[in-house]
Amino acid sequence: MKTIKVLGSGCKKCATTADLIASKAAEMGVEVAIEKVTDMGAIMGYGVMSTPGVVIDEVAVHSGSVPTAAAIEGWLS
Amino acid sequence: MFAIFTRLADWLAYDLMQLSADSRLGSAVHFFIEDVTKIFFLLTLIVFSIGFFRSMLTPERVRKVVAGRSRAVSYPMAVGLGAVTPFCSCSSVPLFIGFLEAGIPLGVTMAFLIASPMINEVAVVVLAAAVGWKVAMLYVAAGLTVGIIGGLAIEFFKLEKWVEEYVWKIRMGEMPEQAMDTGLRARLDYAWGQVKEIVGRIWKYVLVGIALGAFLHGFIPQEFFIKYASVDNIFAVPSAVLIGIPLYSNATGVIPIVEALMAKGVPIGTVLALMMSVAAISLPEMIILRKVLKPQLIATFTGILFVAFIGVGYLFNSLLV
Repeated sequence: MKTIKVLGSGCKKCATTADLIASKAAEMGVEVAIEKVTDMGAIMGYGVMSTPGVVIDEVAVHSGSVPTAAAIEGWLS
Repeated sequence: MFAIFTRLADWLAYDLMQLSADSRLGSAVHFFIEDVTKIFFLLTLIVFSIGFFRSMLTPERVRKVVAGRSRAVSYPMAVGLGAVTPFCSCSSVPLFIGFLEAGIPLGVTMAFLIASPMINEVAVVVLAAAVGWKVAMLYVAAGLTVGIIGGLAIEFFKLEKWVEEYVWKIRMGEMPEQAMDTGLRARLDYAWGQVKEIVGRIWKYVLVGIALGAFLHGFIPQEFFIKYASVDNIFAVPSAVLIGIPLYSNATGVIPIVEALMAKGVPIGTVLALMMSVAAISLPEMIILRKVLKPQLIATFTGILFVAFIGVGYLFNSLLV
């Protein structure tokens, strides 16, 4: 199971990102645990400065925008 | 080059809707149609082009580039990059913390945050299309200068004490470089995604701006502005800046109003001071920055910008009559 963290202070784009990942994971049949991280210290701890950010198994893979479907697919496979 | 939008508006307003070009309603409707088509066309085109040729200028990169530079380099760099680096205002807080954590001075960080909402590529091109390149370049020069002055003032007054304490304790991790797909398909997808995101976010501001501009253009007689907003009225510039502070819009959204006011003969300094004030100082932005800045710093910051915008207004009005 992959642990996915969506980093962001709660803006709309962060929620969209989490929803996109959840629906993509369901579509691909990948089991994921999605967690939203809003604590600023924790977000910056991953080296992310522009939100939304995405962390897969404790590695930051994306920051600054809602990720594309293709990118999400890449992380999940 | 933009004559096609004028002709389209001629046809729609005067031929199809049978409005008279001399009537108030006719000229307002004409302004509205011309600006809606022209601005949204330009907006889509520019955002798409920038997205396509994206240089991956991210706030994370800017932080690395600016950190550790002397002030003579870091201030101009901060305002220049602040103008062209895309980032959503909801990222102001992590950006602010990240800059300070990298040892970038508070003044330089604030210079970046002042320039960022005021100047961007889209606003500059749309402004040039509306009122000419000369005014657009003056706006850019004034915006960059105000950013530097604002930052230097904050540094001069040593306002670090008014940054929330927790900010200084945050330590930032290292993020692995993001691989970027540079294929044509990926570029097109990204560019189109940018159009949907940016136009989707700012279209309301632009539309309200155009409606207000059309109203001013059609219904407020020129004599009104000559009476109240001429260079001779020393209160015109401070009033314009004061009016702009509570108003919030994207920089591009103010442009139709700038266009209408300039056509009515309002002096350029007064108009640009208004545009800067609307774009740079806003309540939503202050509420976001309140998470990292104490109220004293927000008040001081607003005060510094207030004075700087008035200065810009008077300067341009006295130089370019």
